[in-house]
Amino acid sequence: MASLRQPLSSLLTVLLLICTEFVHCNTNKRATDGQDADFSVPLEHSFEMDDVPRFRRRGSLEVRGGRENGVSISQGQLSEEDRNMLKEVASVDGLYRIRVPRVSLQADRQSERQIDGYLTAFVRACALVESHLSDVITLHSDVAGSLIGVSIVTIPGACRGVEVEDEVDLDVFNTTLSIMAPVTAPVPETALFIEKMEQEMERKGKNPQEQKSFFGKYWYLILGGAVFLMATSSAQPPAGGDRQQN
Amino acid sequence: MSALVCRVVAFFCLLRASAAVFEDQVGKFDWRQQFVGNVRFAAFDAHSQASKKLLVATEKNIFASVNSRTGELFWRHVDKTGQDGQIDAMLVHGQDAVLVVGNGRLLRSWETNIGGLNWEVVMDTGSFQTAQLIGLADIVKFVAVLKKSAISLHYLSNGHQKWVENLPDSDTVQYQTVYSSGNGDVFVLGLVPHSHIVVVAYNIEDGEIMKQVSVEAPWITSLDSSCAVVGSAVLLCVDPVSSSLYTLQLNAEGRAEFVHIPLQSLDLEAEAGFHPVVIATQPHPARVPLKEFFLQLGPERFILLQLKDGAIAPLRDFNPANLVAFATTGEKTVAAVMSPKNETACSINLFSADTGRRLLDTTVTYNLDPNGGKLNRLFVLAFLKKDDSVGYRALVQTEDFALTFLQQPGRVVWVREEALADVVTMEMVDLPLTGTQAELEGEFGKKAAIQDGLLAMVLKRLSSQLILLQAWIGHLWKLFYDARKPRSHVKNEVTIETLARDEFNLQKMMVMVTASGKLFGIDSKSGTILWKHYLQNVQPNAAFKLMVQRTTAHFPHPPQCTLLIKDKDTGLGSLHVFNPIFGKKSHIALPTLPRPIQQSLLLPIMDQDYTKVLMLIDDQYKVTAFPSTKNVLQQLQEMASSIFFYLVDSSQGTLSGFRLRKDLSTELMWEVVIPAEVQKITLVKGKRANEHVHSQGRVMGDRSVLYKYLNPNLLAVVTESTDTHPERSFIGVFLIDGVTGRIIHEAVQRKARGPVHLVHSENWVVYEYWNTKSRRNEFSVLEQYEGTELYNSSVFSSLDRPHPPQVLQQSYIFPSPINTLEATLTEKGITSRHLLVGLPSGAILSLPKMFLDPRRPEVVSEQSREENLIPYAPEMPIRTEWFINYNQTVSRVKGIYTAPSGLESTCLVVAYGLDIYQTRVFPSKQFDVLKDDYDYMLISSVLLGLFFATMISKRLAEVKLLNRAWR
Repeated sequence: MASLRQPLSSLLTVLLLICTEFVHCNTNKRATDGQDADFSVPLEHSFEMDDVPRFRRRGSLEVRGGRENGVSISQGQLSEEDRNMLKEVASVDGLYRIRVPRVSLQADRQSERQIDGYLTAFVRACALVESHLSDVITLHSDVAGSLIGVSIVTIPGACRGVEVEDEVDLDVFNTTLSIMAPVTAPVPETALFIEKMEQEMERKGKNPQEQKSFFGKYWYLILGGAVFLMATSSAQPPAGGDRQQN
Repeated sequence: MSALVCRVVAFFCLLRASAAVFEDQVGKFDWRQQFVGNVRFAAFDAHSQASKKLLVATEKNIFASVNSRTGELFWRHVDKTGQDGQIDAMLVHGQDAVLVVGNGRLLRSWETNIGGLNWEVVMDTGSFQTAQLIGLADIVKFVAVLKKSAISLHYLSNGHQKWVENLPDSDTVQYQTVYSSGNGDVFVLGLVPHSHIVVVAYNIEDGEIMKQVSVEAPWITSLDSSCAVVGSAVLLCVDPVSSSLYTLQLNAEGRAEFVHIPLQSLDLEAEAGFHPVVIATQPHPARVPLKEFFLQLGPERFILLQLKDGAIAPLRDFNPANLVAFATTGEKTVAAVMSPKNETACSINLFSADTGRRLLDTTVTYNLDPNGGKLNRLFVLAFLKKDDSVGYRALVQTEDFALTFLQQPGRVVWVREEALADVVTMEMVDLPLTGTQAELEGEFGKKAAIQDGLLAMVLKRLSSQLILLQAWIGHLWKLFYDARKPRSHVKNEVTIETLARDEFNLQKMMVMVTASGKLFGIDSKSGTILWKHYLQNVQPNAAFKLMVQRTTAHFPHPPQCTLLIKDKDTGLGSLHVFNPIFGKKSHIALPTLPRPIQQSLLLPIMDQDYTKVLMLIDDQYKVTAFPSTKNVLQQLQEMASSIFFYLVDSSQGTLSGFRLRKDLSTELMWEVVIPAEVQKITLVKGKRANEHVHSQGRVMGDRSVLYKYLNPNLLAVVTESTDTHPERSFIGVFLIDGVTGRIIHEAVQRKARGPVHLVHSENWVVYEYWNTKSRRNEFSVLEQYEGTELYNSSVFSSLDRPHPPQVLQQSYIFPSPINTLEATLTEKGITSRHLLVGLPSGAILSLPKMFLDPRRPEVVSEQSREENLIPYAPEMPIRTEWFINYNQTVSRVKGIYTAPSGLESTCLVVAYGLDIYQTRVFPSKQFDVLKDDYDYMLISSVLLGLFFATMISKRLAEVKLLNRAWR
């Protein structure tokens, strides 16, 4: 199995450039350090039988501002009422929506941090129930550090109609939260290529064996082939001439 | 050693990918048509009787010579687009044509026989007003160019400037006209609206002002169409307000004054609300203009008048008349008048200009095209016949940019559809089955089988077999008949009646939508225009979207195309539903669209008559379905929860997703906001709906499979930074799921600038941008993979795909800017893909996708070699044998359309821009077609030989066995 993974991982080095920073969620715990670059953003959710969104507070996202963006979540348990509601919504294949306000994550833009409007995303309520409230929330930011999108998926993501015991499984959210900033797309790798070419030239210069031409190395094969071809062609009369006259 | 091997590998890869055309294949399955665009100036080259040249300068900044016998182009000069190349004026004298280009920036003289440039001079800046040929002593020697504040005189022979003079009081006076009658003076006429006219006379030799007068004219507003110089230096103006004519002697001694002649005194009256126009002619620039002139008093009323000794006399009243034109041959000047004959035809007649008498035998009948536009302009080429009577040919320009060339007595010599120089969008539609095939289909349809009994069915079968036999015999007879004729005489004329699908579905109907609102149906095999339809009330800035609602596959229902026309200013849309094979407008009831249309979607849901449902979303997010039958609405209700759509507002930077509700209202599902202050959304592209992907994954060197992330709902969104500084500018590339709004990938290409060209297909996105740091064009490819295991291999759902795909990216240098980008498309998606790149040079490059593969290794390993990956090289080659259009350049290529054919190996390609080029490409060679020179004789003789050999040896073996048994 390791041998299978080897080539893949080596090929996916580009992916490692993704500067995501996974921070595991901590429930019922407030971020304690009081740096002024830190701030919190409300995370709201909505699940309604009539599918008209009515957002309520689910928790808050504690964002560590500055260069290294990090984010953690603090959220409470689902109330009894909410649990029942969620199960009911799931049973009619309703939706579970979340939203966060549009904010800038950059510290120096604190004054203009709040921009009006929200970013919304959704997941099927049944998927959330069946995954026992295990969701993955990703916040996407742009180059300037403003939040541009939010996404929510559950793992597993399918609805199979499995019965869920609400006391045990629909108690607390098991949230994985991450911030995704844009990856820098690669530019043509000229430097490496030139280096490689130079190395090759050098090696060729050093090793006279390599300098031998294609014919120099494989003359015996070519000669053999030629002899073979001549032998076969002389056996047949040339057929091309009369065909052209047609 | 390894370098050598990898070079050999690369060589073989290239060998496989090369797809040049052999010399004997030229024109076999490709064709090109060249256009010039809407004609702005046209002139017949009349300096010799045998000349057959028509010179045109067009709105597309093209100067061309058209063969007036065939309508083909002799030569064509394509200038820059936009203001820089705009042709302001065209003056033809003898073999020279003088053009003023780029708002008076350049003055060029062309040799009209071969289209060579005689000379070119750069002129001083200043906004161009008019240009005029100036003669002296009966010889045309100069060209005068009038700008806002200066007039310059250039030699016609070499373009050198003779003199340039500033115009007096040019900041208050608008100079508009130049006049000279070849007597040594050049008159420049200017005006101050509602105040006075300024007449300045320059000496032709040194540019000295000979005379400068200003004449009171409180009624004057413009000189352009309401004034003209008539007879010997008499300025004639028409004033619509007081409904009268004014004349002014330009070279009068002493105080000059306008002479007032009320129209009523001539028993004339202008039609209410119409601004009268004076049409005069100066047959030779070195002589005085004609005394006779046309006065247009209404849209369909012209009067030929004569100015004699200061008095005006009407010669003839043309009512109704559509168009008039003067034409001169030798010493004779005639007036051609086009007047409506009946509802479908017009007739052109010649009249003697000096008397207004109709010339005998000069009637040409022009049949109006019911699917064409209104008449626009008339150009007449007059010539003297052997018996000294005047003959002529006429060129009629219509509103739909068509040029029709007519000959006496009404034969259409040729038609040029110049609307095709600006194709906006197109589709290719399969041709229908032949009549016999269709009959077979119809007779054995399901309904028929149930209704009829056994006997009836047998009879039907027999009768249809008879029809088939008859068709076959007819075909054989035709073959036999044609075989006796020499090859060049056999013409496969394509008409709408003979249209039928060929064996491999290689011949299709190209439905083209042009910017002027004219639709064309073109046979893809020959390029023949089979039908055309002009939409009368299309705004010039309209946006078009063409959709195929029903294909040809649903006999007996005719195929159906729908064109959504959207006004860009108001956003209001309208639909035009038509049959793409015949161009006939369908009589289906159209939905009313009172609100601006935001988005349109062709759903895979079908009505009972197999019409796909078109969903239109207005600015209040209300949905209109077309067709909206009960069946459709019911299906929509059932499917509502799985119908998602997205809207883009690039001014706000918002992308929002909606879902359909059961009551056909919509609900907001997700929202992504890309702040418009930082970057602006310039491009959103999904995948093509008719695309098939054959393989789910790629086999890697170690025999494991890397599965592709094939999300049909994926959108590629490109943004460009608002900051255009080369160090800080960037483009952003987002991959967003159109159903959930999930951002799958987000990349930023730093130090890059648009315009971005993008292709989104299968699991890859290829885009091209300008690198501002290295100042070059670069290609970048993004590929998405699920990894070595598929999450759910049976079905893809955007709602159930929690793991983000792995995204690989690589960039390459491309040594040319590009105009457009498209990918090939085949029936089943087995054939390897090529990118078709339209280059500004007019070449269309077929670039193997293999070269744009982010898995190309920088260091070659055993496994990458096993996988046939080409080692990474930063520069993308352009090989001339990859040009699919060899020397058939497509000028200003704007778009490329690809369509699959019935053969998996073959993809049909249409490139359009100024020209239209159609061809076929074989990205993986013709693996499913036998070659033209395939040796059928050899293979069949070998087969037959083997067959007989087995027969004989079998017989021999039997005999031997028998003999042995007897022993």
